[in-house]
Amino acid sequence: MSDSITERSLTEQLRDLEAGQYSSRELTEAYLQKIASASDINAYITVSSEQAIESADLADQRRASGDSAPLLGIPIAHKDIFCEKGVKTSAGSKMLDNFVSPYDSTVVSKLKEAGVVSLGKTNMDEFAMGSSNEASFYGPVRNPWNHDRVPGGSSGGSAAAVAASLCSAATGTDTGGSIRQPAAFCGITGLKPTYGRVSRWGMIAYASSLDQAGPMARSADDCALLLTHMAGQDHRDSTSSSVEAEDYSSALTSDLSGLKIGICTEFMDGVDSAVADILDQTRQSLEALGANFSEISLPNTHLAIPAYYIIAPAECSANLSRYDGVRFGYRCEGPENLEDLYKRSRSESFGREVKNRIMVGAFALSAGYYDAYYKKAQQIRRLIKQDFEEAFASVDMILGPTTPGPAFALGDKLDDAKAMYLQDIYTISANLAGLPALSMPAGTEDAMPIGAQLIGNYFQEANILRTAHQYQQVTDWHKRRPEKGETA
Amino acid sequence: MSAQWETVIGLEIHVQLSTDSKIFSGASTAFGAQPNTQASAVDLGLPGVLPVVNEAVFPKAVSFGLAIGADIGQRSCFDRKNYFYPDLPKGYQITQMDEPIVMGGSVDINLKDGSTKTIRITRAHLEEDAGKSLHEDFHGMTGIDLNRAGTPLLEIVSEPDMRSAEEAVAYARTIHQLVTYLSVSDGNMAEGSLRCDANVSLRKRGEETYGTRTETKNVNSFRFLEQAIKHEITRQREILESGGRVAQETRLYDPDKNETRPMRSKETATDYRYFPEPDLLPVTIDEAFINRVRDRMPELPGQKKQRYTEMWQLSDEDAGLISSDLGLATYFEECVSATDDPTLSANWVRGDLLAALNRAELAIEESPVSAENLGQIIRRIKDGTISGKIAKTVFAGLWEGKASSADEYIEVEGLIQVSDSDALEPVIDKIIADNPKQVEQYQAGKTKLLGFFVGQIMKETGGKANPQQVNDLVKSKLD
Repeated sequence: MSDSITERSLTEQLRDLEAGQYSSRELTEAYLQKIASASDINAYITVSSEQAIESADLADQRRASGDSAPLLGIPIAHKDIFCEKGVKTSAGSKMLDNFVSPYDSTVVSKLKEAGVVSLGKTNMDEFAMGSSNEASFYGPVRNPWNHDRVPGGSSGGSAAAVAASLCSAATGTDTGGSIRQPAAFCGITGLKPTYGRVSRWGMIAYASSLDQAGPMARSADDCALLLTHMAGQDHRDSTSSSVEAEDYSSALTSDLSGLKIGICTEFMDGVDSAVADILDQTRQSLEALGANFSEISLPNTHLAIPAYYIIAPAECSANLSRYDGVRFGYRCEGPENLEDLYKRSRSESFGREVKNRIMVGAFALSAGYYDAYYKKAQQIRRLIKQDFEEAFASVDMILGPTTPGPAFALGDKLDDAKAMYLQDIYTISANLAGLPALSMPAGTEDAMPIGAQLIGNYFQEANILRTAHQYQQVTDWHKRRPEKGETA
Repeated sequence: MSAQWETVIGLEIHVQLSTDSKIFSGASTAFGAQPNTQASAVDLGLPGVLPVVNEAVFPKAVSFGLAIGADIGQRSCFDRKNYFYPDLPKGYQITQMDEPIVMGGSVDINLKDGSTKTIRITRAHLEEDAGKSLHEDFHGMTGIDLNRAGTPLLEIVSEPDMRSAEEAVAYARTIHQLVTYLSVSDGNMAEGSLRCDANVSLRKRGEETYGTRTETKNVNSFRFLEQAIKHEITRQREILESGGRVAQETRLYDPDKNETRPMRSKETATDYRYFPEPDLLPVTIDEAFINRVRDRMPELPGQKKQRYTEMWQLSDEDAGLISSDLGLATYFEECVSATDDPTLSANWVRGDLLAALNRAELAIEESPVSAENLGQIIRRIKDGTISGKIAKTVFAGLWEGKASSADEYIEVEGLIQVSDSDALEPVIDKIIADNPKQVEQYQAGKTKLLGFFVGQIMKETGGKANPQQVNDLVKSKLD
C-alpha cells in the first residue's frame, strides 16, 4: 500500500484524499519512510519529519471538518533556496548551514495556504550555481535512474526527489535552466514561468533579473496545479507582474488544433542524434494532436551563454555580499580584524564555483571593464529578446531540446567549467528573455531520460502546460519511473 | 585667506527625508529607538528579502527639484553601489547613479555684505542611509545599530561654486531652509537629518584648473562645517606653501580637537562597481505627477520675503528674518490675519517673541504664546484697551501660562486702561498736590517736567491709565 500511494500523481492523490482512501498522515509517513530508505540519493538537505506529520494531521482534521483547501494534505518538498520559517534554509552552502529562516518566502506561504505538507528542503548546487548538483556543501545528489550519474542542477534535489517518489511534487528555481535541465535528466516535468509570474520574496537570490521559481512534478497537470498556487503578484517583489494569474489546471483539456509550433534551427545544431530523433518523434506526436510546425530562427542563440555568464555572475557578486559573517551565517573563528573577518568568513564557507562567479562578476562590473562586459552582455540580452519577439510573430511556441544529451556521469565535467556551462545552452535564452519554458520527458537514451523543451510567449504558461498535458495524454514517458537506480 | 590662494568648495548634502517608513522597507524611521528595534528583515539584509520603494519619497524629491529649477528625470533608476562595511547590511547601497531624479538647478545665497550669489546644483538623487557603528561599550569590538539603515536620503550635490567657508555655510543654510520649507526633511541636524560632505581644494588665484581636493565627511552642524572647512583650508595652504602636495583623500572632522584627519578608508579600492539594481524597476515620473507636486508646493522663502516687503511694507531685514524660518513665517502670517497690522505684528514677532524664545531656548512651534493670543494682545493695543507697556505684562503672563487668552488675563488682572477722566482726575490732583516744587518749576517754564507727572500718575494707576489722556489732563491743569 505505502509504496503504491507514493507512486500516485499529485492529481490522483488529491482525489484519493478527498475520497478518504488514505489520510495525509499515511501519505506523509509513506514518503518519510521512502526518504529514509533512499538517503543514498541525497535528495534532501533537511527532512522536517515531525513538522510534516504535525501538518499532515492538521490537514486530515481540516478535511474531516469540511475544509477544501486546494492542495490540502499533499506532501511536497521545497528547494532549499526558499526561506521557510523555523526551518534551516541553507541554499546548499556552508555559509548558511546555521541559518534558520525567521520568515516564509511567498512561495512557501502561498503553498502552505493551499494546504500542502512540507516534507523538507531539497539539495541543490550552492546558491543555485551549477548544472550537476555537485557544487553542494551537502554532497552531490545522485540521479535516481543511475546513481553514477548526476541529476542535473541546480534544482537537482527536487528533480531527484520527484523522480524517486520522495515527494508528491517539488518547488525549484531556474536562473539558466535549473528547473528544466534537472527535470530532463530525471525524467520529470518542470516549468520555469515567465519572469515575474512567481514572487521572488524569500527566495535566496542568485541572479535577480533571471531567477524564477516554478513547479517540478511528474506531469504537466501536476505542475499546473502547483503553479496555480505559486503564481501571482506580490507587493513585496517589485518585479512580480500585475498580469492576472490563472487557474492553470482549467485550461489543460482543449486540443491542439491550429497551434503553431516553431522548430528553432539553431537549437538543433549540436544535439546528439538520439536527442534529434526524440525531438522528431515529439514533433510527430504533437502534429498528430493538431499542431502545425514550421522552422524559425533565433540567430543570436550562440551569444546566450557568454551573455549569461557575465550578467548572472555580476548580479551574484552583489547579491552574495550580504554574507559577510557580521549578522548571520558562517563566521570564521577568532577574526583578527574586520578585513580578516570578511576574508576568512567568506573564503572558508563559499565553494569553488561560487567564488569563481563572484570573481567573474566583480571583474565584469569593475571600472574600465563594465562597458566591454556587463554593458555588452545587456545589449546581447536585448538582441535575444528581439529574436524571440520576431519568432513569436509567426508561431505560438517553440519546441527544442532541453539539454544536449542525457545526464552525464558524476565528476565528468567537474574540471571543465566550459563543458558544464554548455549544459545550459538551450535553456539560458528563455531566462535572458524572461520567457516561460517547460521540460517534459520525451524519450530515453542509454536508459536515461531525455527532455523536450517548450518555450512560450510571455505569460503563456497555460498554453505550454496544455500542450505538454495533451502530449502526455498520448505518450507515457512521464509515467516511467527509475527501477532501483543501481549502477548500470 | 592670503591673496595668493583661492579656495574652491563643493558640498554634498545628505538630507534625510521625513517619511514615516524607510525607503525600501516598512520599518519606522523614528529617531532614538533602542538599537536594532527598527530594523526589519529587509533592513538586516536577510537572505531572500527584496526592496520595495516607498512612494512617499518621490513627491519630496520632485518638489525639491522644482524649487531649485532643476530638470526632473522622466525615468528615474536605482543602482547598486558595492562596498563592504559592517553598517551596510547588503554589502551594497541602493542609490541612483546614471539617472538621478533631479538634474541641474541652482539656489541663490545671501552673503554678509548684502550681495547674493548663485550656486549651481549638479544633481540630487535618492538613496538609502546606512546603519551606525557603535565603538563604545563593546570592549575592542564594534556594535552595529541598523535602525538608521534604509532611511531615505536625498543627496544634493553642488558644483564647486563656493569660494569660502562662509559661502559654504550660507549655501548649506539655504538648502536647510529650503528642505524644511518644503517638508522634504525635518531638518533636525542634531539627529543627523542633514549632513554635509565638504570637498575643498586650493588653487593659485587666476588658475583655471582645480587643485587636488579632500572630502571631509559627515559634518552635522553649520558651525562645525565652517570650522572644518577653515581648518582644511589652513592645512592645505600650509602643505602647498611648503612645497608639498595635497593627498586626495577622505577626511573626518573632529569637533573636540577642531581638526580634520584622514579617515580609515572604507575599503582599499574605490571602485564601487555600480550597476542597475535588478530588484527595482525604473520609475516613471510623468508631467501630471510633476504638476500635482507643483500645485501643492508651499510659497518659498524668497517669494515670502518679496511679498512681505511689497505687500506689507516690511523692511528688508524684518522680511528676511521672518521668512527665513517657515514656522516663524507661519506664526507671523497668522498674527497679521488676526490683527490686520503687519508692522505691529512684525515688531512683536521679531522683538518680544523672538527674545523670549531665545531666552527659553524654544522653537517657534513650542511657543507658549500662540499666534492667536499675540494677535489678541496687538488688537487690544490698537483698540486702546491696554497700553503698549501693559501689553508686555500681558505677554509675560501668557508666556507663564497664567491665562488661556489675552482677554482673560486682562480682565482677571484688571489691566484695562483707565480712560475715564472722572477716575483719573483725583489721582492727578493728588500727584500735583504731593509735588509742589515740581509744579513751581514747571510753571516757571521747565515744561519737560510734564513727563515726570505723567510717569508718577502711570505709576500710581499701575500703568493702566491711558498715557495720552493723562498727558492732556495734566497739561490742562498746570497750564
